[in-house]
Amino acid sequence: MIEVRNVSKKYGDKQAVKNISFKAEQGEILGFLGPNGAGKSTTMNMLTGYISSTSGQILINGVDILEEPKKAKSFIGYLPEIPPLYIDMTIESYLNFVYDLKKCKLPRKAHLKDVCDLCKITDVKGRIIKNLSKGYRQRVGLAQALVNNPPVLILDEPTVGLDPNQIIEIRSLIKRLGKKHTVILSSHILPEIQAVCDRIIIINKGEVSADGTADEIAQQLTNEHKMTLRIEGTTGTKSDKNEIVKAIKNLKGIKYVRADMEREKGIYDYDVEADENIDIRRSLNDLCREKGWNILMMQLSDMTLEDIFLKITMGEQDIKSSEKKPEIRLKLVTESEQETENDNDNDENGGNN
Amino acid sequence: MGAIYRREMNAFFISGVAYVFLTVFFILSGYFFYVGVIGSGRTDTSPLFSSMFLIILFLIPILTMRLMSEEKKNRTDQGLLTAPVGLWDIVLGKYFSALTLFIIAESIVFIYAGILAYLGDVVWQTLIGNYFAMLFLGSAFIAVGLFISSLTENQMASAVASMLALFVLYLFDSFAGNVSNETLKNLILSLSFYSRYIEFTQGIFSLPSVVFFLSAAFIFNFFTVRVLDKKRWG
Repeated sequence: MIEVRNVSKKYGDKQAVKNISFKAEQGEILGFLGPNGAGKSTTMNMLTGYISSTSGQILINGVDILEEPKKAKSFIGYLPEIPPLYIDMTIESYLNFVYDLKKCKLPRKAHLKDVCDLCKITDVKGRIIKNLSKGYRQRVGLAQALVNNPPVLILDEPTVGLDPNQIIEIRSLIKRLGKKHTVILSSHILPEIQAVCDRIIIINKGEVSADGTADEIAQQLTNEHKMTLRIEGTTGTKSDKNEIVKAIKNLKGIKYVRADMEREKGIYDYDVEADENIDIRRSLNDLCREKGWNILMMQLSDMTLEDIFLKITMGEQDIKSSEKKPEIRLKLVTESEQETENDNDNDENGGNN
Repeated sequence: MGAIYRREMNAFFISGVAYVFLTVFFILSGYFFYVGVIGSGRTDTSPLFSSMFLIILFLIPILTMRLMSEEKKNRTDQGLLTAPVGLWDIVLGKYFSALTLFIIAESIVFIYAGILAYLGDVVWQTLIGNYFAMLFLGSAFIAVGLFISSLTENQMASAVASMLALFVLYLFDSFAGNVSNETLKNLILSLSFYSRYIEFTQGIFSLPSVVFFLSAAFIFNFFTVRVLDKKRWG
């Protein structure tokens, strides 16, 4: 339905999008995820023919968007980041305008009524768009995209500005639409992408850095060799802790082991990391059986979409530094509040050393 | 094109621009009709038309100022440019909406003609000739205004720049007066909107001038299309 082949976009010297390729089939909801300025909107603008690509090819329903723009555009319903609303018009006259603009052949009254019902704007359709709230404007924007029932829907952050109830409504609407249409939507909100999309494309610095379902992406990046264990020792006291740590350390391929908090009375959690490509789950089991310990929990450190997103977009180094920074700042603030200036200076020097 | 034309026509009236434009046009043309035609005791309408050149020059930018710049500012151009319509459809839809309003405005002269007919004999040839001259002038000026409107997001900047541009076109004659080189002088004079228009009010229906005005309209509309297209490729 949509095919993007090696598409790049340059603004002067700035490379906004680098060599992106992907496909989306009918009945698929594809999510674009990426930090601000990653090239999500640029890609969407290229898909819809608002801007051209510097190189590469975009096919909508087999039609090249640059060679036959009118035909290709007739397959697309587009909700841009800022809905293209004429704020002086009423919803009804605006949708009639869009109907004419798209040269829609469907029966006018019935079709526009369907669209209004879907987006739940039937009650307000006589009102002037200027007087509507952000949420309603967003819905009118969505309605505008749905006019002429295009097979491809491209939605740039469709739930921005909506209240939680409306977000749920719009999400379920998108899901319903996704059964018949090809939907591409972008969002910053990770749970939203996870809840709505069949497939996710993570875009970072203008490149596709991951493509697949949430699970697939997680698998690509999963840490099989990293896990959290809860082991019950023989005595049920603190002395178990050291013994267990020591025993695990002696297993083959263990890189790192650390006792965590006491989660149940006398029972501790352990963070274990082995060398890559080594599955230590069985040898851990054997060890516990031999010693008479019980494994109460074994959890591979699964990555949430959020972890994946951070890992891909920032790299691990950056994650660590960004996690630490706020703590340090917080400390300095509280110290400077509590102590005199001289003391504070000393403290800061000490801290830096 | 039809959808854009109808929307622009509605927008002219919703935004009030149409009322301002028509009111000012009617008042000033009425004034010149009274002073230049009735006051002088003649039935020749040419003085009215020659006086209207400057009025049109200042009024047309008000008509065209928001046509493109408002779309850019409100990001509604994104809706138009991603809809299955061509760039010429967009530009011409807007162009003809402004032209329609201009035609409504200048058709007031037929009411003046009716008044004259009551008082005496109307010289219909000059009246109709001048009516079309004004139409051709307007169609060229609107294209210039539309083009300038496509260059900026700011309506005020668009209006002021358009007035300035049209005023510079008006000054071509006085530029020519200061040029000693004959070829250059003739070239500038041949590009003068004012002398070509005044020719009509003197009773000369010059076909080259008609072609000149229509070509100017086409060229500036073409530039507007290029501006939209360039944005896409930028």
